[in-house]
Amino acid sequence: MNDFVNGFWPIWISTITLGGIAFCVGLLIFASRVKVPLDSDNTNGHEWDGIKEMNNPLPMWWVGLFIITVIFGLTYLYLFPGLGTYNGKFGWSEVKQYEAEVAKNNAKIAPLYAKYAAMPVEEVAKIPEARDIGKRIFLNNCAACHGSDAKGSRGFPNLTDNDWLYGGSPDTIKLTINNGRNGIMPPMAAAVGSEEDVKNVANYVLSLSGSIHDSGRANAGKDKFVVCAACHGPEGKGNQAIGAPNLTDNIWLHGQGEAAIIKRIHEGKNNVMPAWKEKFSPEQIHLLTAYVWGLSNK
Amino acid sequence: MSDIKQNAVNKTTIPEQEVVLSLYKSADKIYARSVSGLFNNWRWVMVWATQLFFYGVPWLQWDGRQAMLFDLDAKRFYIFGLIFHPQDLIYLSFLLIVSALSLFLFTAIAGRLWCGYTCPQTVYTEIYMWMENKIEGDRIARMRLDDSKWNLNKLTRKSLKQFAWIAFGLWTGVTFVGYFSSIRELVPNIVNWQLGGWETFWICFYGFATYGNAGYMREQVCKYMCPYARFQSAMFDDDTMIVTYDEARGEPRGARSKKAGENANGLGSCIDCSICVQVCPTGIDIRKGLQYECIGCGACIDACDDVMDKMGYAKGLIKYSTQNGITNRWSRQQMLQRLLRPRVIIYTTILLALTIGMVVSLYFKPDFRLDVLRDRAVMSRYTDEGMIENVYNLKLENDTEAVHDYALKVTGLEGLVVHFADENSQDFKGLRPFETRNVVIELELPDGVTRAGSHKIFFEMTDLQTSEAVKEKSVFIVPSN
Repeated sequence: MNDFVNGFWPIWISTITLGGIAFCVGLLIFASRVKVPLDSDNTNGHEWDGIKEMNNPLPMWWVGLFIITVIFGLTYLYLFPGLGTYNGKFGWSEVKQYEAEVAKNNAKIAPLYAKYAAMPVEEVAKIPEARDIGKRIFLNNCAACHGSDAKGSRGFPNLTDNDWLYGGSPDTIKLTINNGRNGIMPPMAAAVGSEEDVKNVANYVLSLSGSIHDSGRANAGKDKFVVCAACHGPEGKGNQAIGAPNLTDNIWLHGQGEAAIIKRIHEGKNNVMPAWKEKFSPEQIHLLTAYVWGLSNK
Repeated sequence: MSDIKQNAVNKTTIPEQEVVLSLYKSADKIYARSVSGLFNNWRWVMVWATQLFFYGVPWLQWDGRQAMLFDLDAKRFYIFGLIFHPQDLIYLSFLLIVSALSLFLFTAIAGRLWCGYTCPQTVYTEIYMWMENKIEGDRIARMRLDDSKWNLNKLTRKSLKQFAWIAFGLWTGVTFVGYFSSIRELVPNIVNWQLGGWETFWICFYGFATYGNAGYMREQVCKYMCPYARFQSAMFDDDTMIVTYDEARGEPRGARSKKAGENANGLGSCIDCSICVQVCPTGIDIRKGLQYECIGCGACIDACDDVMDKMGYAKGLIKYSTQNGITNRWSRQQMLQRLLRPRVIIYTTILLALTIGMVVSLYFKPDFRLDVLRDRAVMSRYTDEGMIENVYNLKLENDTEAVHDYALKVTGLEGLVVHFADENSQDFKGLRPFETRNVVIELELPDGVTRAGSHKIFFEMTDLQTSEAVKEKSVFIVPSN
């Protein structure tokens, strides 16, 4: 009910709710006092289109149920939120209930994870049962970006090769999953120079991994690569401390070829991997880490 | 009972007067007189049939388990050889539609057959009334007992009745829970006082509902709670068989001596004994015509036929007849001819089609499920070898109680190669009962084989034991650059 920022709406809701209940009670009391004039054939004189209204009094137990319903409604509104901004006696909320259920579930599965949590990641990755648990977490949460087979696609890193932007040690993987990553390549075209310079640098980058390139342009671009070297290193081997990709292997996160590289130099790229530590318990992250580590360390 | 007297008085003899009444009134207790006869026998046949089923079925065994068990914990519903899962909800919808249509059909033909003979409310009321009758006696005896002061006789009879009612109600509760929680474990658990909380709750709840509804609420349920009473009139027409009073023959009603003969003093055949009102479980007077309270139980027919017999008159003053039959004085033959009217034929046709459809689809229902989840983030990509690759997540569920092996085939596009992404789950062999296996598959196609875009492909899973096959559609995407 915190969505109501305007003071009018909580009052409006409360008035309608309580007014509705009051109306029902009033109707019940009013109707219990009204007397119906009755003809000898058990009709009350109302007639419409040949249909006569008969006197069929409501049974008392029904009235009892009605009163019980009203009492239930008022008790409910006292205990739980329902009247404008009033939070209810119990202070119940969906978020609290969700958190309580997550906690309950985590407590239930804790024993299952406990024995793996005590083992190093490398050991856990060898146990098929543990890998299966990790795989299920992966399929439900990570596969949306990295693919069900963890091989990624353009813009989403392949986790099954041994090429790591930030490093592939168990601790680094765990850190990545916990806190997420934010890889930034700024647009560099202005720093590199003219459009020709950009093209030359692109060809130099291609030459680093032995890809098809124009060697003349590559030689011309070598000097301009200095501005790139700040992150990617003088030899273009990248820097795992800041997540700068290695340009000398043949793995291309954002596409292969001259055009793709020129585009990156022009536009830069902001790559985001979200943090997961809020969603999972440390034991679950431990198993997930083992699964991911195991993908490239068989 | 004042109602009856009021009805019996000829309207024209007293001037209309205004009586003031409240809109609320305690319901009058109905002391239904016990009755015997053809329709009552039919009701007892249905009571035995439905109750033998209800109390008996949970005890039947099938393949070493309870034949009919709705296992909510495991989310599996066993009905003899058939096993249903929550995803088979469609069959429940089918069943409900068939039930609803049957209700329409039977109502169109012969009114409230369901209410009068098979509705649990009627059936349990019949059983509870039988117990009441055995312990407290018939109508007059019961009225006298209720009016009398408390003494040993009244105390004994009343407590005996309560004991019988509560015991029967509780056993109903136990049986009900026995459909959801294995009854062969449930009953010993009761004896050993080891019931779970929910089991105890539902036994008591269902037991109390039976006791309250069949012992006390009775006709109140039909009159005030049941929605069917309210919309049944939409299913009636002038050719619907209903319990009717033959007004032309019966009126003017009046008491007479047996010797006086059927139509003495200008009277009709109704001797105004009011027995039809006394036997009515909902306390109505059928001689006022069709009313929504009438559950079509036929008790008044049995009672009236009995009286007619004793008076030496022809039976059938109150009978199953149609509105047209009564107005036009049709014979039974003529009324039956109107049975094949469009509404009945349409209902029957739809009902038959649905029933056959349901049986056939149940017969061909595969014993395993295959879900193909195509990776959406990874639309399509190139492998290092230059192959086009799409990723799929297959979920295979063995829905049987035995271990099964399956074989996968992918069709629809020439040259597709199946590649298992994870050596952990390379195949579909040895799926345990009810096991779900998640297998990630990459499909590879050489570049340039076909045009860019989306191609329809099929995953065919075959059960190696039964040769049963399931075919699931998906797509393979070839990138344009």
